[in-house]
Amino acid sequence: MINLNPLSLFSGSFRHGVHPEHLKAQTQDLPIQRVPFGSNYVMPLGQHIGVPCKPMVKKGQRVRRGEQIASAGGFVSIALHSPVTGVVKEVGEFRTFDGNFSQAIEIEADAFATQEPNIGPAIDWESMNIEQFIQAVQGAGIVGLGGATFPAHVKFSIPEGQRIRYLLINGAECEPYLTNDHRLMLERPDALLMGAEIVRQKLGAEETVIGVELNKPEAIEAIKARIQPGDPVRVVSLEAKYPQGAEKMIIKTIFDREVPAGQLPRDVEVNVNNVSTIVAIADYFDHGMPLIERIVTVSGPGVGYPANLIVPLGTPVREVLKFCGGLKDETMEVIMGGPMMGRPIASLDAPVVKGCSGILAFTEGQTLKRKEFPCIRCGRCVEACPYFLNPARFARLSRARMFEEMKDYFVFDCVECGCCTFACPSAIPIVQLIRTGKDQLRNTQASAK
Amino acid sequence: MKQRDPELLLQHAPFLRQGMTTPTAMGDVLIALTPATLAGLWYFGISAVLVIGASIAGAVLTEIAFIGTERRGESLLDGSGLLTGLLLGLTLPPGLPMWMAFLGGVIALGLGKVIWGGLGNNLFNPALVGRAFLLATFPIAMTTWTTPDEAFWTFRATNFDIPFTYTEVDGITAATPLGLMKFEQQVMPLSNLFMGSTSGSLGETSGLLLILGGIYLYIRRDLDWRVPVSILLTVLVFSATLGLFDSERFPTPLFSVFSGGLLLGAIYMATDPVTSPTTPTGTWIFGIGIGLLVVLIRVFGGMPEGVMYAILLMNAATPLIDRFTQPRVFGHMRGDND
Repeated sequence: MINLNPLSLFSGSFRHGVHPEHLKAQTQDLPIQRVPFGSNYVMPLGQHIGVPCKPMVKKGQRVRRGEQIASAGGFVSIALHSPVTGVVKEVGEFRTFDGNFSQAIEIEADAFATQEPNIGPAIDWESMNIEQFIQAVQGAGIVGLGGATFPAHVKFSIPEGQRIRYLLINGAECEPYLTNDHRLMLERPDALLMGAEIVRQKLGAEETVIGVELNKPEAIEAIKARIQPGDPVRVVSLEAKYPQGAEKMIIKTIFDREVPAGQLPRDVEVNVNNVSTIVAIADYFDHGMPLIERIVTVSGPGVGYPANLIVPLGTPVREVLKFCGGLKDETMEVIMGGPMMGRPIASLDAPVVKGCSGILAFTEGQTLKRKEFPCIRCGRCVEACPYFLNPARFARLSRARMFEEMKDYFVFDCVECGCCTFACPSAIPIVQLIRTGKDQLRNTQASAK
Repeated sequence: MKQRDPELLLQHAPFLRQGMTTPTAMGDVLIALTPATLAGLWYFGISAVLVIGASIAGAVLTEIAFIGTERRGESLLDGSGLLTGLLLGLTLPPGLPMWMAFLGGVIALGLGKVIWGGLGNNLFNPALVGRAFLLATFPIAMTTWTTPDEAFWTFRATNFDIPFTYTEVDGITAATPLGLMKFEQQVMPLSNLFMGSTSGSLGETSGLLLILGGIYLYIRRDLDWRVPVSILLTVLVFSATLGLFDSERFPTPLFSVFSGGLLLGAIYMATDPVTSPTTPTGTWIFGIGIGLLVVLIRVFGGMPEGVMYAILLMNAATPLIDRFTQPRVFGHMRGDND
């Protein structure tokens, strides 16, 4: 959407971006509930970005809830734990939500087990050095829970000569519909602050900054009420604007610093983590609970009873929806994640994975079957792109298969946030065309090697 | 319990879109032009219907004839051909023979849009291409203005000239406010310009209604406000500056803004997204360029009006402006782009 207010150029927020409707009313006041245990769980070995995990269990083996079932396949990889007490039914290929097959471990829950987690005592994090801390986080299977699923411990590995001044905790939750981070901040501010303090001390950062969008005032108040005077923590309210929660944008908003292209937040002395990730870290060090469940917002007009749910990983999407009253008959589309960057679910039998922040069901009113028109060079995508790229030009070059030129115009700086496509009046699938271009470029690079 | 699975669609994110589409944007422009078009009817009577109708017919029929059958439906659906015909019609004098208006519509769509590859690919504003052709080809007919005070059903005889003929008329012609200013140093009162009771093109006479339409487009977010604002501010400032040198010879700033086709051009033609720059900085340069050219052509040129040429010249500069005003990419140094 064109920014009609010339004064907003001078406000503290990042520039450009879009203002989709928030659509959070359905679930923002609903307390987090726990989904009852079901019978079948499928844990894909590649729920994170990086090398897949290596299975440690065999068919027929009994496992307890919280027990490790796979080990990290490399440094950019994590351990995996059983979400339930039960028996390993199969180690093999299973369908994931996008319809592809992936190596996974299927576990049949023991109907007579209490599902008490098999977890250790509190962990003495204060006496750990940074290497031990990084290993512990990797061993707990913790990844970035905002949706990117990048292993958290890799972010904490700061190279020699660099330091972190600020731990930035991302509670922006700029995706419409999603309220899982909102509820978490509201209901568990102590866990959030504890996790923040652990990470801040281990990284040697001076201050923790928690950024929350202004449309969650209760969450801001809840956290502020728990901060003791003198704590090196501050809460910053952010303009509700998409993509406020994008790593480089939230850094720009809060510290007014641009992370140089191709570099990481640590290059401007900041470490960014999602609130859910920080709470997962707190749960691990406080009572030894590895990452075996996550909070999922189930919402959208196709869902009978929208909810914020604690879902054991590996639960079939179908079971989660059934708990929410099932899909309405007029449902046309189910997506995983938020509506701006989420992905369509091809099969309801696919399991909930670590990156699943939401399950949204859309009916005809939301489903876009828009007719595409020619680009009229209106420039709305240019004014929407928070990276100041020219999306229309990428779309044109991609259609002409001029991929090398796309690289010259910095196509790899694009994070595929979707602002351009949201803003396009001609319904041109700009993000898809950009992805096509990137894929083609990666393929040519790979085959050149 | 067996749960029936709906047939799920697989589409790509983002799943949300803002409300505007290209056809609704075109429709909004048509709505915004309605008051000014009705004013044309009010002042110039049935002639307005004939001229505008002929121009729209020329444009739309050309689009139908040249767009391949498989894409014809969607090309007409976006409404851009209709809009081009209407915009061209509004820039024509009421007494223009219908065959000329029709030919103008054909040229506007044919040479202004279709040969470039259709909507979105043309360099110049199609309506103004049509008008430039008519002005070059039929200079007398295109500068013969009639007074707006005839009764509604009074036909201007020249409207019905058979193709490739033109009857020279005398007696009922009346110079436009800009013509009066330029050649006879007479200044039309601002109230007449504002309400539209002057001679001139069909759609350019009422400043009030043109501005109202512009406000509607701004509210509907179809219009880049920078374009009209930069054009009009430039004209105001430049005219005022010239006025400091010789207030007798040069028009006052407000007269400059409300006379001729400036408002029609600034609000509805220069803002054509296809032919204006995409970057905000570029848009300012584009608007300032048009404003300067309009005043220069009006004051020093051989013709009283210069809006059309000002816009067409800046259209030609648009790719260059776009190229040199690309913003600095986030996280890059200025100059990395080149």
